[in-house]
Amino acid sequence: MNIDATDRRILQATAGGLPLTPHPFAEIARWLDLTEAEVMDRMTRMQTQGVIRRIALAPNHYALGMVANGMSVWDVADDRAAGLGAKVGALPFVSHCYLRPRSLPDWPYNLFAMIHGTSRPEVEAKRGQIARLLGPACRAQDILYSTRILKKTGMRLADGG
Amino acid sequence: MRRTLPPDALDTTDRLLINRLQDGVEITTAPFAALATATGLTEEALLARIARLREIGAITRFGPFLDAAAMGGAFCLCAMAVPEDRFEAVMTLVNAHPEVAHNYERQHRLNMWFVLACERPEGIASTAAGIAAETGLTVHLFPKMQEFFIGFRVEA
Repeated sequence: MNIDATDRRILQATAGGLPLTPHPFAEIARWLDLTEAEVMDRMTRMQTQGVIRRIALAPNHYALGMVANGMSVWDVADDRAAGLGAKVGALPFVSHCYLRPRSLPDWPYNLFAMIHGTSRPEVEAKRGQIARLLGPACRAQDILYSTRILKKTGMRLADGG
Repeated sequence: MRRTLPPDALDTTDRLLINRLQDGVEITTAPFAALATATGLTEEALLARIARLREIGAITRFGPFLDAAAMGGAFCLCAMAVPEDRFEAVMTLVNAHPEVAHNYERQHRLNMWFVLACERPEGIASTAAGIAAETGLTVHLFPKMQEFFIGFRVEA
């Protein structure tokens, strides 16, 4: 671990969200009996390290009308997968794109691309665009629509170190 | 959670805030001041809007996004084929693990997909083994081998 006990206290204190006040880092400092400068220095360092990716708002796709959310999965020839994956990831409607190991015989797919849209026909049309981009390098494909969010808390840190 | 908000739930300013704040705020003594000025709101009014967006479910949270890998830990996507009649019970067992950061029901034979976020890489295998033992089901592990990152944002 490259964070210490104080970093951990800061991350735990903000796991549920940043305090919604004009000076949130001063508020966190009050909670933890630190100075505002120390909280800001530590959080800035963690952002530089990449531990904190960003301090941002997480939209609720469903509430905002993006009700069709499909995980498209593709069996792409291994020697083409990295190059084609980069092209799929660059499509404007793909939110996440990863290469993952297959889990044979149950799961032949190695390229995962999340597609979001306001309707399933819209998502299917976008899926068709990916299929055309992959061409014959793709041997099989499927799409898994999410039907329910069962948990969405983000990463939580255990106490101590 | 699947309910879509009525179209009049958000005004233009709400939509602007959702779009702008997905990129994040800077770590400064007054991180909302610049956006407040840009939107013609006071900081207090801007913050009250964020609080309301959370209350009505337009956003799930506003805070730090953590990267387990940068911390020396790991993330792993996992999937299970859960029998329909056991789905709720298995969901309760899986969600009880603090390492489970997200969990989604999906339409497929593999119908439960969750992400493990562990502070140590070995936590992935031990948590997955624990879930397999508790549920009696196979946990398929899909660690990422390569990520193709792009700056996708939801347009509100």
